[in-house]
Amino acid sequence: MQGNDDIILSATGIEKVFPGAKALNNVNFQLRRGEVHALLGENGAGKSTLVKCITGAYRRDGGKLVLDGAEIDPRDTFEAQRLGIGTVYQEVNLLPNLTVAENLFLGRQPRRFGLVDAAEMNRRARALLSGYELDVDVRTELSSCSVAVQQVVAIARAVDLSGKVLILDEPTASLDAHEVEMLFAIVRRLKSQGLGVIFITHFLEQVYAICDRITVLRNGQLVGTRDAAALPRRELIAMMLGRELGDEIKQAGNAQASEGAVRYRFRGYGRKGHIAPFDLEVRKGEVVGVAGLLGSGRTETAEILFGAEKADSGTAEVDGKPIDISSPRTAIRHRFGFCPEDRKTDGIIGDLSVRENIALALQARRGWARPISRAEQDRLADRYIAALDIRTSDREKPIRLLSGGNQQKAILARWLATNPEFLILDEPTRGIDVGAHAEIIRLIENLCEQGMSLIVISSELDELVAYSRRVIVLRDRAHVSELVGEEVTTSHIVEAIAAADKREAGQ
Amino acid sequence: MNPRYVPLAATVAIFLAAYALCFLQYPNMLSTRVIGNLLTDNAFLGIAAVGMTFVILSGGIDLSIGSVIAFTGVFIAVVLENTGLHPLVVFVLALGIATLFGGLMGAIIHHLEMPPFIVTLAGMFLARGMAFVLSIDSVPIKHPFYAVMKGFYYRLPGGGRITLIGGLMLLVFVVGILIAHRTRFGANVYALGGGAQTARLMGVPVARTTIEIYALSGFLAGLSGIVFSLYTSAGYSLSAVGVELDAIAAVVIGGTLLTGGSGFVGGTLIGILIMGLIQTYITFDGSLSSWWTKILIGLLLFGFILLQKGFLYLSKNKRRFA
Repeated sequence: MQGNDDIILSATGIEKVFPGAKALNNVNFQLRRGEVHALLGENGAGKSTLVKCITGAYRRDGGKLVLDGAEIDPRDTFEAQRLGIGTVYQEVNLLPNLTVAENLFLGRQPRRFGLVDAAEMNRRARALLSGYELDVDVRTELSSCSVAVQQVVAIARAVDLSGKVLILDEPTASLDAHEVEMLFAIVRRLKSQGLGVIFITHFLEQVYAICDRITVLRNGQLVGTRDAAALPRRELIAMMLGRELGDEIKQAGNAQASEGAVRYRFRGYGRKGHIAPFDLEVRKGEVVGVAGLLGSGRTETAEILFGAEKADSGTAEVDGKPIDISSPRTAIRHRFGFCPEDRKTDGIIGDLSVRENIALALQARRGWARPISRAEQDRLADRYIAALDIRTSDREKPIRLLSGGNQQKAILARWLATNPEFLILDEPTRGIDVGAHAEIIRLIENLCEQGMSLIVISSELDELVAYSRRVIVLRDRAHVSELVGEEVTTSHIVEAIAAADKREAGQ
Repeated sequence: MNPRYVPLAATVAIFLAAYALCFLQYPNMLSTRVIGNLLTDNAFLGIAAVGMTFVILSGGIDLSIGSVIAFTGVFIAVVLENTGLHPLVVFVLALGIATLFGGLMGAIIHHLEMPPFIVTLAGMFLARGMAFVLSIDSVPIKHPFYAVMKGFYYRLPGGGRITLIGGLMLLVFVVGILIAHRTRFGANVYALGGGAQTARLMGVPVARTTIEIYALSGFLAGLSGIVFSLYTSAGYSLSAVGVELDAIAAVVIGGTLLTGGSGFVGGTLIGILIMGLIQTYITFDGSLSSWWTKILIGLLLFGFILLQKGFLYLSKNKRRFA
């Protein structure tokens, strides 16, 4: 820990007013040379507003910005970049159809005799990336690189263009554990070069893994700045929420949950190349958790159960009667519901209103010949907006304008509107803030109490432990273990994921 | 092979295969005369298609090309008939008007955030209408300089001729290829096609680039109009109807994605040659209706759209399981 006040960027008394709301109220923020500084807060706390004021995307209404000893007032992101502040966003802001080298040097390509010197550009690109331990051909198209590599290229470009302050706005949201580690190695190296890094994320483990200091915002106000090492997780969450999240972590699983009859039984169910055949039983009013690393076959399990991918082996039964689930249509007919993982591409239809998004699945089940009347749609939407506490100014608002947590709740509402008896949730809490997190968990528990059977896939183990009576553990596209009742603890799940030898699923 | 070359490779393969088939049936197809005529007859379309390639690469479309060609032709014919200006001066004037017209459409597209389809559709009607205002009839061009220009050609061994306009088309392609792949403007065009919003965030001057793209397309349509007037020795307001669609077809057959961001100017040349080849084959055959050209081009286009879809599907799946 550095004791000296080697401040590279300092923001004092930042104010930002939006019509009808004060987004930032007298916020102070200080970034040291060579530190990784987490900026945390619930959605709407003002982190992105603060970052936008620093990068010039917004004009601040008050306060002072000092970069490297000189007062700055960036009018737009380009000026901020020229001054030395670079930003990398969650969605990679590079061009997929250009090569890696072209992306790095767009707008500043080396020229000879007035023409772009591609050989020189590729040479410089290789030199630039050599510090990032990246094994890519700079002449390949960016779209053929993995998201992690694209992210690193974006960082390399930002650092090369600016070089004093690097802002990482949720860069890890779509990376798996290995890729996150690779990214962190790069961040540590940049830090040792004296760069100041501002890191925004929803993953608290990552904050503790890499950050030196933490600044928490709430409702546009500064809550405090602390050393990460001296701030326990519980306290951090309390700072973010402004209250104790009493039931954030439950110690044991829901061992006492219902012992109802088995409703759904899948035997030898699987599909070549997707997921090895597995047996699965789900009781009425039971939550079955699915755990495993990214790529272990979690999503594939969900897709096959919902008929989005056709099973090529095994049988499915409901209440002892064999059923055929060869497409989502047939699955919906058997009162199945599925909230997919990537709500932006698979779930919401951004330009449609909240009402239309909620009514979608019910309409699909009734068939297009029997439209749901407008009055009924309005009733439906209002009921779920109230029941799930979806925060929207009105039901006709395009859903893309809602925050991630509220979009997630709207998708849940879409399936709840069809009165499903078997609901599959894939990462229901990914990318949403801590408060909405707790609400979704509460919702899952409620649904289960009402007798619905659920399958929940999640990488948040604490969460799985909180609501699951049984947890299926996946590895290498196969179900390798099943934990029941008392066995359901985070450490058991981690052990099962890590175990080298395979235990057979479902004894 | 790098996936971005697949559509281009398919185009080249189809061209070579088609030419081989033609050659087997009519060995004369390989003579320099046929090749020379292929270039001359498609010169105006080729030049216009280079402009269209840039527009489509940037994710836009330009429907005004055919009308601008007709307008330029009529403008040149009318001015030459009524004034004593030298054709070269008139050419400069015509190119200036066409470039300005294209730039104006680009400015409207960018600043008013209008879809290029609608703006250039309006441009199409406007240019065609202006041509009619200048003259309803076909105006012959009898200036002696035209005869001089037609007299310029390079004689190939075997009796074929690279005419002035055929050579001009090749030159336009060479310059077009350099601009697309070796200038910052070219990189910006591809960047716009990859995503205008992202391109803006990465510092691409979107406004300037958009205006320049449509100005370039206008300029080349004007040049194409000059070539067309040399080719036909007349200006007629009803000529070159639908040339923009032929140009789009050539660009797509040449392997450029209609969604923008991917393709090659060189591919468009092959696209033009394929279309010209079909035409030539039908002329050689003599018994087929010339509408077969349209049918074959239609089938070819359809095939290429399927190819592009399949290609996109494959690359998406590859990434998913990578």
